[in-house]
Amino acid sequence: MSAVANTSAVEVIGASKIFNEGTANQVDALLDVNLTIAPGEFVSLIGPSGCGKSTLLRLIANLLEPTQGEISVNGKTSAQARLDQDYGMAFQQAGLFDWRTVSKNIELPLELKGWDKKKRAVRAAEMLELVKLQDFGNMFPWQLSGGMQQRVAIARALAAHPPLLLMDEPFGALDEMTREYMQGELLRICEETSTTVVFVTHSIPEAVYLSNRVVVMSPRPGRILEIIPVNLGSKRSELTRAADGFFRSITSVREALRGTHADHVASTAIRGVEDR
Amino acid sequence: MKFVRRIAYRTSMFLLTLVLLVGIWELYKATGPQDGGIIFGARVLPRANDTAMPHVSTMFSRYGRPEVRGSDKEIWQVVLSGAWFSLRLSLVGFFLGTTIGVGLAVLMARFNTVRRGLLPYLVMSQTVPLIALAPLVVSWGGKLEIGSFVWPRWLSASILGTFLAFFPVAVGTLRGLTSSPAAAVELMSSYAASWRQTLFKLRFPAAVPFMVPALKLGASGAVVGVVVAEISTGLKGGIGRLIIEYAREATGDPAKVFTAVFGAAALGLTMSGLVVFFDLFLMRNRPRETST
Repeated sequence: MSAVANTSAVEVIGASKIFNEGTANQVDALLDVNLTIAPGEFVSLIGPSGCGKSTLLRLIANLLEPTQGEISVNGKTSAQARLDQDYGMAFQQAGLFDWRTVSKNIELPLELKGWDKKKRAVRAAEMLELVKLQDFGNMFPWQLSGGMQQRVAIARALAAHPPLLLMDEPFGALDEMTREYMQGELLRICEETSTTVVFVTHSIPEAVYLSNRVVVMSPRPGRILEIIPVNLGSKRSELTRAADGFFRSITSVREALRGTHADHVASTAIRGVEDR
Repeated sequence: MKFVRRIAYRTSMFLLTLVLLVGIWELYKATGPQDGGIIFGARVLPRANDTAMPHVSTMFSRYGRPEVRGSDKEIWQVVLSGAWFSLRLSLVGFFLGTTIGVGLAVLMARFNTVRRGLLPYLVMSQTVPLIALAPLVVSWGGKLEIGSFVWPRWLSASILGTFLAFFPVAVGTLRGLTSSPAAAVELMSSYAASWRQTLFKLRFPAAVPFMVPALKLGASGAVVGVVVAEISTGLKGGIGRLIIEYAREATGDPAKVFTAVFGAAALGLTMSGLVVFFDLFLMRNRPRETST
């Protein structure tokens, strides 16, 4: 992770975001955030509601412009990275288009890039295999379960083989069993495709299980409290969830969230974090 | 097939309602006061006599008899050809109205300034009485010369249909185009999709459920516009003209005007039936939602 030879996958330098600046409803969403993410790394952003983790994700995605600071993705400006489709995105709601079949949903980013029909169909079939939904290509999204829909959304996000995947609480709406299954699947998919992931979540165990590093954030204004490395090795399985290191990491994230280093945020920081 | 079953269901409900309406009509005719119910000098209940309320059977048997004494054309033929004439004018009006309405909606969805500037005028346009507009359109049309194009008289009637059709289509489509979920819009911009791509791949498909009721209103608006225009501009050959002609004979031949009125109703139903068909076709693969 300390390798400096490669360009970083994501580099955030002194980024701040203020909404409605200068008005009565001014919100300081993010304050002076610095974050460097190496290629292939899995980084989670965790914090209570209103800590600006989604805002940070949207800054990286160039869906929002920072008020101050700079953001680069793959050594390009984030704006250029968006135009080049250097990242894929998945949200809490799968957000599949009802009027398209599962395959056509996965093909959407390819269509927008102007790929021809044949190439798109081949890639969609590959992606369906990757998320283990080979037999569902011709079905419509509403005929699928929530977990399946979310897998389609991941397939769509990765269809153009972007080096970076941005996820905003993608498993937040799933039940616990499905959620754990999806976490395992996500790790497998990212390993197979060597994708870098920035993952926003409310859940401490989820962040620890998935990540190489967990970025703990505090609210109003959103700042990075601490970046906690998780040393659970690169191969993780269901056994990982019972390992001592897993619980130790959970404890450190929890303590960071409680703001042992910043007592004044303690009361607000706990709220909105699911401790499971 | 779900598609066929839905059509069958809708049709049977429609027929059931029709039977009920006929029943209510005949029931009132049998039990209501012959001279109407008068309370404090105002007639609040309609007369139930044969002149005001002919039997349903009389109305329908009227279709089988000649239009005027000695004519070789039975009335159903006349009404049918009148309805066909008006249907074509309405279709032209509906088509133009939909094109203009959707076009305006796209412009308003694209540019906020256009929406703020235009929308009040669109609303105002609908307060202008059609009767006042009809002669104007006819005279403007008559003065129009574009190369060898000569403004046909019927086109004025279609334009008045357009005038009533475009408004609901514009408002409904605008609402539909701006109702795409925020996450979906964000997704499209994460793909750096152009506005045009977003319009055709997201906004229009997402707008269909909003556009269908608007198109239904537009379709019946086109019929109303055409029928009123036929009456107020004196255009011959359509169902509007038949209604006004037959109404003059109401005392001697009360059932006659109903034949034309039903013709106009059937015309409106045909138009909105077209929209329903379009709706069922476009929504065939979507989750069932409450349809209007």
